[in-house]
Amino acid sequence: MAVASAIGAQGMVAARPVTTETYYEDVVRAFIVAAMFWGIAAFAVGVLIAFQLAFPALNMGLEWTTFGRLRPLHTSAAIFAFGGSALIGSSLYVVQRTCRAPLFGGRYLGWFVFLGYQLFIVMAATGYLLGITQGKEYAEPEWYVDLWLTIVWVAYLIAFAGTLFKRREPHIYVANWFYLAFIITIAMLHIVNNVTIPVSFTGTKSYIAWAGVQDAMIQWWYGHNAVGFFLTAGFLGMMYYFIPKAAERPVYSYRLSIVHFWALIFLYIWAGPHHLHYTALPDWTQTLGMVMSVVLWMPSWGGMINGIMTLSGAWDKLRTDPGLRFSVTAVGFYGMSTFEGPVMSVKAVNGLSHYTDWTIGHVHSGALGWVAFICFGMMYYIVPVLWRKKGLYSKALVEWHFWTATLGIVLYITAMWVSGIMQGLMWRAYDEYGFLQYSFVETVAAMHPYYVIRGTGGLLFLTGALFMAYNLFRTIRSAESIEPQAAVASVAAE
Amino acid sequence: MKFSHAIIEKNVLLLAVLSLITVSIGGLVQIVPLFTIETTIERVEGMRPYTPLELAGRNIYIREGCYNCHSQQIRTFKDEVERYGHYSLAAESMYDHPFQWGSKRTGPDLARVGGKYSNDWHVAHLNHPQALVPESIMPAYAFLNRPLSFDDMADHLKALRIAGVPYTDEMVAEAVRDVRLQAGALPDEDTEALLARYPKAHVGDFDGKPAEVTEMDALVAYLQMLGTLVDFTRISPDDLKQ
Repeated sequence: MAVASAIGAQGMVAARPVTTETYYEDVVRAFIVAAMFWGIAAFAVGVLIAFQLAFPALNMGLEWTTFGRLRPLHTSAAIFAFGGSALIGSSLYVVQRTCRAPLFGGRYLGWFVFLGYQLFIVMAATGYLLGITQGKEYAEPEWYVDLWLTIVWVAYLIAFAGTLFKRREPHIYVANWFYLAFIITIAMLHIVNNVTIPVSFTGTKSYIAWAGVQDAMIQWWYGHNAVGFFLTAGFLGMMYYFIPKAAERPVYSYRLSIVHFWALIFLYIWAGPHHLHYTALPDWTQTLGMVMSVVLWMPSWGGMINGIMTLSGAWDKLRTDPGLRFSVTAVGFYGMSTFEGPVMSVKAVNGLSHYTDWTIGHVHSGALGWVAFICFGMMYYIVPVLWRKKGLYSKALVEWHFWTATLGIVLYITAMWVSGIMQGLMWRAYDEYGFLQYSFVETVAAMHPYYVIRGTGGLLFLTGALFMAYNLFRTIRSAESIEPQAAVASVAAE
Repeated sequence: MKFSHAIIEKNVLLLAVLSLITVSIGGLVQIVPLFTIETTIERVEGMRPYTPLELAGRNIYIREGCYNCHSQQIRTFKDEVERYGHYSLAAESMYDHPFQWGSKRTGPDLARVGGKYSNDWHVAHLNHPQALVPESIMPAYAFLNRPLSFDDMADHLKALRIAGVPYTDEMVAEAVRDVRLQAGALPDEDTEALLARYPKAHVGDFDGKPAEVTEMDALVAYLQMLGTLVDFTRISPDDLKQ
């Protein structure tokens, strides 16, 4: 059963009518190129704003380059531009192959989703630089950008779900459950969190319909599930296709994938209040959010176990396939940050960690270690397939990428652990006379060395991504093509 | 009949609908009661909508992304109360569209920064933070010394009124004039009606340029009112039970 639903029923292929419909892959290629581009942009802005915190002169005295305007640019570029392009692109690839059906809506719908999504990114990003923002974290785009994204997202849902409807496989493969849950839930979160009243229909400014404590709860219901569904469920979909493919093994446990899918999507939604511990949010909501966040640890690790154990019997591939190494390390980081998250959601721990860099370090162990690495693994696998090449231009460069990026993450998260815990402790330190021991600015000054180390870690991560871009560019440009036949829906026994 | 997950796996619509139901539950349980349980927002005296000038300042605060480094939410800890003042109440952000509680303190909390420093200090600090606080890593905001755009202030108040903020017709009608009045650009005119509409509003020229209403005026007016509306000397802990 596990094999059947994991890799597709290979034995049944011969019995099916042969057709000549082909997978629609141009738009996937475009999304992959976009993901690489936005990834480098996001990492570069991240490095800049990291060093702005160490050296404020880098704010350059211009309104467009202050930390306050660039930080949303960095987060949106990383999550929505880089992560989003990789997610949408890979989902359109996976859904066609696991359904053995060409993309619903064909090239027109596919290109509308691609161009529409890129336009959303550009509108959002230019808006941030000009100070056009809703002032809600990870939901900064103003009302007109939100409306546009809604249209594009519906088109994406139609393309994805339409392909599922047309499938020639009896079962919907597990990767698609996660992709589908990601698409549906993001739509729900996006709409509810962005109910706004525009000041005028010719202007950019609007006011959110929700206020104060309710707005806070809705924002973090959205915010934490941008993590839970955009950065987790979607990428678990990626994991469930590309790790079994690269390892040439079936998913470890079919039963586990069912249990952890439903448990994960049910529980994640409850976790938002842990961003609001000890605030004016009522106690009952905080405690409920904390309990559910701790419970969430279990389905998270269910996914991690299912991903890592898929390598059973194929561990040797980690030596020979550096792309797969990215994917598996990503699942390792996923396991680590989904353990750290529940710990930080416990009120006693959160009392120390909240408002500090510890949170930033936690986010980046997830964003760099899990999200970016699973994307890198996917891209190293998918680029030779999409461009019909025998293999990557250079495996050695992938090795270089892997180690620079890993070292960068380690520097980043250890610096943020130290600075975050230190700052939290300094804020609450009392001297022998019962006075607060440190003024606020003393805690700022103490952060400096860690901000330098963090920026250096980010620089290493960016360098690794540049290795990757060069490697993929040379792969695409290489003359060693293979026969262009692997893309026929009825032949490819995925 | 024995349940088999294959039924769900073979039906896109079923999978989609069951997923939507599954992901809806948590939000419904956590969010809806916040609108229906009356004690969620404490009943304290003193809260009022922002003056048009404060609102314009708040919009600059949002535009510049101040929330990326400054929280406006004092937690219920001894050290925070000693450092920043009384812990924040839900009531204190009841007119905040959007809320600006923040999630990070790269700089200090600003929930009660109002009245702690002089207008001059704020202007000098925003122009060049390191001149006053050498260790500060805050960017300079000298570019705020430019005219504030406030011709459409009435539309802003109207939009917020739709969202539930109790702006009266009078407040909407006087919005543009109230900006000038509060910023000291109309020094010969009476501010009594303004203060009746918006008790405790700080009136005066904030940035030392009386003839002009600048973005600096607006931002400083906003900062100077933060956390000053509720009089905590007249509140007992019982009043604050949620």
